[in-house]
Amino acid sequence: MTVQQQTKQAAQGLINQPAGDLDAIIEEQLDVKSERYYYAKQWQLIWWRFRRHRLAMLSSILLIFFYLIAIIPGFMSPYLPQTRFENRQQSPPSKVLIWDENGSLQRPFVYALTRVLDPKTFKYIYTEDRSQRFPIRFFVEGDTYKFWGQWETNRHLFGTGLDGPPLVLFGTDELGRDILSRTFYGSRISLSIGFVGVILSFFIGVTLGGISGYFGGIADEIIQRIIDFLLSIPALPFWMALAAALPRDWSVTQTYFAITVILSIIGWSGLARVVRGKLLALREEDYALAAQAAGASQPRIIFRHLLPGFTSHLIVSLTLAIPGSILGETTLSFLGLGMQPPAVSWGVLLGDAQDMVVVAQQPWRLIPGAFVVIAVLLFNFVGDGLRDAADPYAN
Amino acid sequence: MLLYIVRRVIMLIPILFLISIVSFIVIELPPGDWVSNYITNLRNSGIDLQEEEAARLTAIYGFDQPSYVRYGKWMTGILTRGDFGWSFQWGKPVNDILRERLPFTIIISFSALILSWLIAIPIGIYSATHPYSLVDYIATILAFVWVATPGFLLAFVSAWLIFRYLDFSPLGLNSTEFLDAPWNTAKLIDRIKHLILPIVIIGLSGTGATIRVMRANLLDELKKQYVTTARAKGVPELTILFKYPVRIAFNPLFSTIGWLLPAIISGEVIISVVLSMPTMGPALLRATLAQDMYLVGSIVLILSSLTVLGTLISDIYLAWADPRIRFDATGK
Amino acid sequence: MTDQRDILVEVEDLRVHFHLQEGVVRAVDGVSFVIRYGKTLGVIGESGSGKSVSSQALLGILPIPPAKIESGQITMHLQENGVGHRSVILSDLPTRGRDYRAIRGKEIGIIFQEPMTSFSPVHTIGNQIMESVLLHMDGISKKEARERTIEILRRVGIPRAEYRVDNYPHQFSGGMRQRAMIAMALACNPKLVIADEPTTALDVTIEAQILELLQDLQQEFGMAIMYISHDLAVVGSVADEIMVMYLGLVMEQASTDQLFDNPLHPYTQALLRSIPTIDGPLERLLTIQGTMPSPFTEYRGCPFFSRCGKRIAGVCDTARPPLIEVEPGHKVRCVLYK
Repeated sequence: MTVQQQTKQAAQGLINQPAGDLDAIIEEQLDVKSERYYYAKQWQLIWWRFRRHRLAMLSSILLIFFYLIAIIPGFMSPYLPQTRFENRQQSPPSKVLIWDENGSLQRPFVYALTRVLDPKTFKYIYTEDRSQRFPIRFFVEGDTYKFWGQWETNRHLFGTGLDGPPLVLFGTDELGRDILSRTFYGSRISLSIGFVGVILSFFIGVTLGGISGYFGGIADEIIQRIIDFLLSIPALPFWMALAAALPRDWSVTQTYFAITVILSIIGWSGLARVVRGKLLALREEDYALAAQAAGASQPRIIFRHLLPGFTSHLIVSLTLAIPGSILGETTLSFLGLGMQPPAVSWGVLLGDAQDMVVVAQQPWRLIPGAFVVIAVLLFNFVGDGLRDAADPYAN
Repeated sequence: MLLYIVRRVIMLIPILFLISIVSFIVIELPPGDWVSNYITNLRNSGIDLQEEEAARLTAIYGFDQPSYVRYGKWMTGILTRGDFGWSFQWGKPVNDILRERLPFTIIISFSALILSWLIAIPIGIYSATHPYSLVDYIATILAFVWVATPGFLLAFVSAWLIFRYLDFSPLGLNSTEFLDAPWNTAKLIDRIKHLILPIVIIGLSGTGATIRVMRANLLDELKKQYVTTARAKGVPELTILFKYPVRIAFNPLFSTIGWLLPAIISGEVIISVVLSMPTMGPALLRATLAQDMYLVGSIVLILSSLTVLGTLISDIYLAWADPRIRFDATGK
Repeated sequence: MTDQRDILVEVEDLRVHFHLQEGVVRAVDGVSFVIRYGKTLGVIGESGSGKSVSSQALLGILPIPPAKIESGQITMHLQENGVGHRSVILSDLPTRGRDYRAIRGKEIGIIFQEPMTSFSPVHTIGNQIMESVLLHMDGISKKEARERTIEILRRVGIPRAEYRVDNYPHQFSGGMRQRAMIAMALACNPKLVIADEPTTALDVTIEAQILELLQDLQQEFGMAIMYISHDLAVVGSVADEIMVMYLGLVMEQASTDQLFDNPLHPYTQALLRSIPTIDGPLERLLTIQGTMPSPFTEYRGCPFFSRCGKRIAGVCDTARPPLIEVEPGHKVRCVLYK
């Protein structure tokens, strides 16, 4: 609008000119809720909006639960990942019962199983031994393990105790190992690789995206071309190719970090794009120009003025990037190119179950897959919730 | 417009160049003395290499020279002779293997892409025009779950379900009885039956995201002023919907090809492995496990180039379809 | 003064409420007015006064799930070429139905505020204008429609119309686009043209051209105009009658001369006072104190109470003043007048 039109509009009473008693009238009309809203800081606003998103809140809680399992798998699982049950190979999940033979209610328990080999099909047949009930107890004693490699203990969250039959809620594999314990232990790698990989992508992405967006020019052109190129490489074949170069004899830790690096090599480009886009847009905003006119130095402009504008978007992008890494590691390990046994990750567990025949007979082997799907879903929900909460113009 | 096309094609060259370099880095990645490694691998896989043969290979591929020379030789080979290198695993030139498998990759990938659009667009339109309806919720939920499930898992579970309930093994291109049989209608039908599952699964993997993009774009467009204008002129609702916002929301879909195509090709790789399709996927996997690096690098090169070309075509279409770009001399 | 024969549109006690999550917005809360053939009704108000919503209700393009016409009647009296007379009660018609669609675009045209976003960017201007023509003029061929389109473009002052008809909206300048918008509104020779802030987004010089164009076109085509604006100076120059709205109610209604010679309502007076003039002594710009209250507030008395310089506490805020005819053709809603 021209200056004349602006003046005209101002003249038509559209400019707020609080006079003494009018303030009182105005404030009456701002009820308490609106006033808190009016004065709240940005983060509080985002948090309040996020809280209203029930799905995102629920997902966050579940995710915290998942990560709890990943942090203290020893306690959460009844057994160690390498514990083998000699007579329980390829057995289906333990049936937890609450009604005994006479129909009366008991606390949850399991029966021991006896096993015979069917001479015709060469398959194991498991029958329940109803003579004794083994209740499931909590804070029970079991295999000894080290809490975070430091404190030795043998207490587990739940189980049947030192002399009870195996409590295998997800069944066992061909070596008789408890799949639930292995899944829980596997979450350490599967859930953390996403995080670590994304952190790496974050640093590279924000730096390069920042340079690209803020300074523009040649640097921008070059970085843009690189990003274009990186985004056009199909991710999985590339990861496979890079993983091919990993020596088989590397330790678990070395492989772990190598995979993190592999996953973030393409990953940072997405983040860089977001950062660049936001910086480009915000750079021209009036408040940035005002800061410049007021004589602020460039770092100050970037950190104090521009960055807060899109930190929330950055967090959203990060949250939504984690599932990609999780899926990446899972797929690579499934193919045999990622984490190798004896390391346990959900992908490795699924890789063990690769045979169609195996899956047909032992469908419980796919349960780790469900964990992957759920974890990814949860991250997506949380990310979506954050995104809705962070966008001030959504409503 | 022509200027725009020329500019885009020129911008393609550095990208293709970068791709070739990265592919080459992939080839060179495994540690160890390349020359003897390679020759040892060949010998290990049962191919008895005579001295002259070893020397010949060394000369052709430049194993005794610095890496950039090898890169030069490799690229020259590709550009002039179509020679992508030698696969010791198969005992064949790489381009033989590529030639066998590339057509299937392309067919399956592009069929999947088109399928994903055919499904996503109507659902997206319906979701946007009836937001928060039952269909919308179901579509959104399905889309979420789909995106969350790893492709191989989906392929696996579907294959198993089909096997169990339909008594039909969808693995491979043809069922065992047709493998060596001559071409006839029955074989064709069988082949189509086998192709359905991979195309559907790969296609559906992109569908979820496409539906959401279509829905979001359309919702945005429906709020715009020109829709109100059309309504104010008395145009019937259905006509308004398809002539204006759908048409405009449709275009950005093409710009999604930029990430959709690599995703589909990635998906194709892994799902072909699970479903035993004779495409690049299984070849790549075997090659990576055996460290048959020329094959690995060449596949990466080809797949990336495919993606870039696909993106170029879609960008050109976009420019043509949007008059703002077409009639703009600066041609961004 | 009230000649029934030349009434084109009659709006009686219209109430349009928006049912939103946060509450109910009484956008139009009991408004009555009349538009006469060939005359211009000016509607003045700030944003939120309900002026645009009234015009949307007329056209039947209100977003019906949140919006609802709670009560009132909109009647259109159509004279076919001076012979025959049919009255259509628009408020009774289903808004998406064929009958309403036959009126929209054909009998009523509309010019929106922002011409850039009002046109589809991927269709030519010609295509969009012809759409209207082909839709409403039975039996017209594509060729004839195109010729008619070129002719109307020429008439609104677009040079080289036969070439420009195939251009896209972004190839037009702002003023030219607005002219094209006017052409589109007039394409089917409507009896009423609603102009919703047509010049707000334009430069002042272009604004003057557009205003002049509208007046010329009205001379030539004889359509009625409902001119909506927040700019009293502009409306004063084009309207025969003016209606001043505030928060969904009519505050004052009069002929232009009456309103400018003898503004009765304190709001009207404040508006007139705040128009800056070039001649005259340099004074402080007068503003109207306070701001518009939230659209969700329910108030019992006069909506202007919080900002009125002449308010009487205890009287103005207890009951809504009725609309009273103070002199023939001049109505006002204020307790100061009985």
